[in-house]
Amino acid sequence: MTLPKVPVPYLLLLPGFAFLFTFFILPIINLAQTSTQTAIVGGDTGQYEQSFAFSNYINAFLENKEQFGRSFIYASLATVFALAIAYPLAYAIAFKSGKYKNILLVLVVAPFFTSFLLRTVAWKQILGEEGFLVPTLRSLNLMGEQTTITSTSIAVVAGMTYNFLPFMTLPLYASLERIDPRTIEASGDLYANAITTFRKVTVPLSMPGVVAGTLLTFIPAAGDYVNAAILGSPNTKMIGNVIESRYFKIVDYPTAAALSFTLMVAILILVTLYIRKAGTDELV
Amino acid sequence: MATERSISPEARSILGARISRRSVLAGAGGLGAVGLLAACGGGGDSAAENIVRWGNWPLYLDFDEESKTYPTLVKFSESTGIDAQYFEDYNDNDEFFGKVQAQLKLGEDIGYDVVTPTDWMAARWIRLGYTQKFDLANIPNAGNILDSLKSPSYDPMRESTLTWQGIMAGFGWNTEKNPKGIRTLDDLFAPQNKGKIVVLSEMRDTIGVILLAQGVDITKVTEDEFMNAVDFMAGKISDGWIRGVKGNEYAEDLTSGDATAVIGWSGDMFILANENEGKFDFAIPESGGTISGDNLMIPSTASPTGKTNGEKLINYYYDPAVAAEVAAYVNYVCPVQGAQAEMEKIAPELATSEYIFPSENTSSRLNVFRSLTPAEESTWAEAFQQAQGN
Repeated sequence: MTLPKVPVPYLLLLPGFAFLFTFFILPIINLAQTSTQTAIVGGDTGQYEQSFAFSNYINAFLENKEQFGRSFIYASLATVFALAIAYPLAYAIAFKSGKYKNILLVLVVAPFFTSFLLRTVAWKQILGEEGFLVPTLRSLNLMGEQTTITSTSIAVVAGMTYNFLPFMTLPLYASLERIDPRTIEASGDLYANAITTFRKVTVPLSMPGVVAGTLLTFIPAAGDYVNAAILGSPNTKMIGNVIESRYFKIVDYPTAAALSFTLMVAILILVTLYIRKAGTDELV
Repeated sequence: MATERSISPEARSILGARISRRSVLAGAGGLGAVGLLAACGGGGDSAAENIVRWGNWPLYLDFDEESKTYPTLVKFSESTGIDAQYFEDYNDNDEFFGKVQAQLKLGEDIGYDVVTPTDWMAARWIRLGYTQKFDLANIPNAGNILDSLKSPSYDPMRESTLTWQGIMAGFGWNTEKNPKGIRTLDDLFAPQNKGKIVVLSEMRDTIGVILLAQGVDITKVTEDEFMNAVDFMAGKISDGWIRGVKGNEYAEDLTSGDATAVIGWSGDMFILANENEGKFDFAIPESGGTISGDNLMIPSTASPTGKTNGEKLINYYYDPAVAAEVAAYVNYVCPVQGAQAEMEKIAPELATSEYIFPSENTSSRLNVFRSLTPAEESTWAEAFQQAQGN
C-alpha cells in the first residue's frame, strides 16, 4: 500500500498545530484584544469594552519601568550564576564521573520530583531567621541583628538560580557529553596546555549547550513571580508580580494584558539579539 | 485580647489536645501558594444527585485529625442524607473571583452551591447579580444572627448572605521583642521592629487600622484620606520598616522570627498565642480595629437542588450548638446568637474568650470599612497594590 506522498508530513503536524492553535494562538489573540480595552463608564469592576486604546501600552510600561528593569536584571543574574554553577557540574558529570554518571544525572533532575512552590517555600526556611545560615553569619559577626536575608533581592536571585539550575545543567551536559574526546587529545598533541585546550576546544564545542541553557533559564526567569512573591519584599517585585496583581487584585485586565505583551516582545527582542550574536547553527 | 483576658491554662490544654491547626498551617503557606496555580474547581453537577458543594477558606471548619473528616459536616450528611462535598480552595477573594467570573457571566455551573466571600466581595457578587436570594423557609435559624450583623449595607435584609465567621484585625506581636505590647502605630513602628513588620494584604484591614490610628472614621472615609493612609504605608515600605504585605503567611513569619510585629487577624493570633506558650499576643488598637465577615452565599449558577441543599446547610450551621462546635475550632468571631451558651457546655473556657465572643468593650472599638463604588474599588485597589511594589 502506498500513501499519497505530500500530505503525510502535514498530517503529522496536525495534532501539534491544533494544540498550539487552541492553547496558544487563540489566547494570544484574546490577550491582544483585551490589551486595548478600557473600562466601561459607570460599569462594574472587571467590565471593559474595546476602544483600541493603544495608550494602555505606554501607560502600563511607564508605570512599571522599575519592575521591568528588575525582572531583566534578576533574570540575567540568575542566568549568570546558574551558568557558573552548572558548567563545572555538567563538566564533571560528562567527563569525570565514571560509573556514577547516571546517579548524578538523576540527582540533577531529582528536585523536579517535588513541587516548584514547595521548594521555594523551603528556601524561605533555609534563608530565614531560624535556618542554618542566618544564625551562623550572626555568630561570625558578618550580619547584624536587624539584617535579614529573606525579603531581599539576594534571596530572590538565589531562589531563581536554584530553581532554574537543572534547565541550565541538562543542555550543558548534553553538549559536553557529545564532545569527541579525541579532539581534546589532539589539542594536547599539538602542545596546548589544559587551559588553552579548555578555552579553544571544550568551550567552543559546548556553546550549543550554553546557548540553550541560558535561554531555558533566562526566559522563564524573566517572567517568574513565585520567587519574588515568596522570598522577596515589596521592594523586590518583578513584572510577573505586577501582572498577577493587575489581573487578580485590581481586576484591570487590559493593563495586565498589555504588560504581558510588552514582556513577551521584550524577551523576544533580547533573545533574537542574543541568538544573532551567539549563532543558532550549532544549536541544532 | 491581651488587655482584657488571656486564655486559661485549662483552655490551653483543651486546645492543645484538640487543635492541631497550627501544625497544618505550617504547610499552609505552600498550600496557599499552590492555590495560586492550581485551578482546581468544585465537584460534578449538583442537579443530578442529592449533593451540596461548598467552597470555603482553608482551615475554616472543625476538622478531626484522626479520622480526617469534618465532624459537623459528617453529622449534617448523616441527618439529612445530603452528600456535602467540601472544598478548601477559597484562598483569596480576588483569585477566586478571577477563576469563576467568566462562568458566572455565562451562567455556567461554577462547581459550587455555596461560596464564602468576604463582605466587600460578597457586595460585588450581589451587585453583579451573581447570587440567588434565599428561600428563608429553608433557613429558620437565620434569625440567630447577631444583631450587629443583621443589616450590612450590601444586603440590608440579609436576603442572600449570612455571615460564616467574623474576623477582627488588629496588632499581633512577639512578646519577647515587644514586652510592653502594641497598642498604637507608634508601638508598631518601634525601633526593635524595624524591617520585621508584616501587614495584611487585605486592603480594608491594613489601611483601615492605619486610618483609624489617624483619627479617620472608616465608615465614611474619603478618597483623600484613603490615599493619605496608603502613602503612609508606602513610606514605611520604602524606608524598610515593613518587610511584607501578606495573607495568612504572616503567621509563619512570626513563628520563624522573620517578623516581630504584624497587623493580623484575631483567629490566627489566637492559635499562635496558644501554641507558643505566650510568645505571641494580639490586641485591638486603642484607636480601633476592623471587623469584617466571610459570607455564606449561593451562586446564581447553583441548580434548584443545589440551592435548597445549600440553604439546609446554612441553616444547620446557624444552629447555636453547631456554631459553637465550629467556633471552638476556628476561633474567629462567632456570628450566631446562643452559641456562647452552647460553648459553656463543650468548652467553658472558650465561652469567655474575647477572640470568639468579643465583649461590649471590645466590640465598641471594632469598625466596618465602608462599601466602595466600583470606580473606588479599582482606583483604591490600584493605589494599595502600587504601594506594595506591584
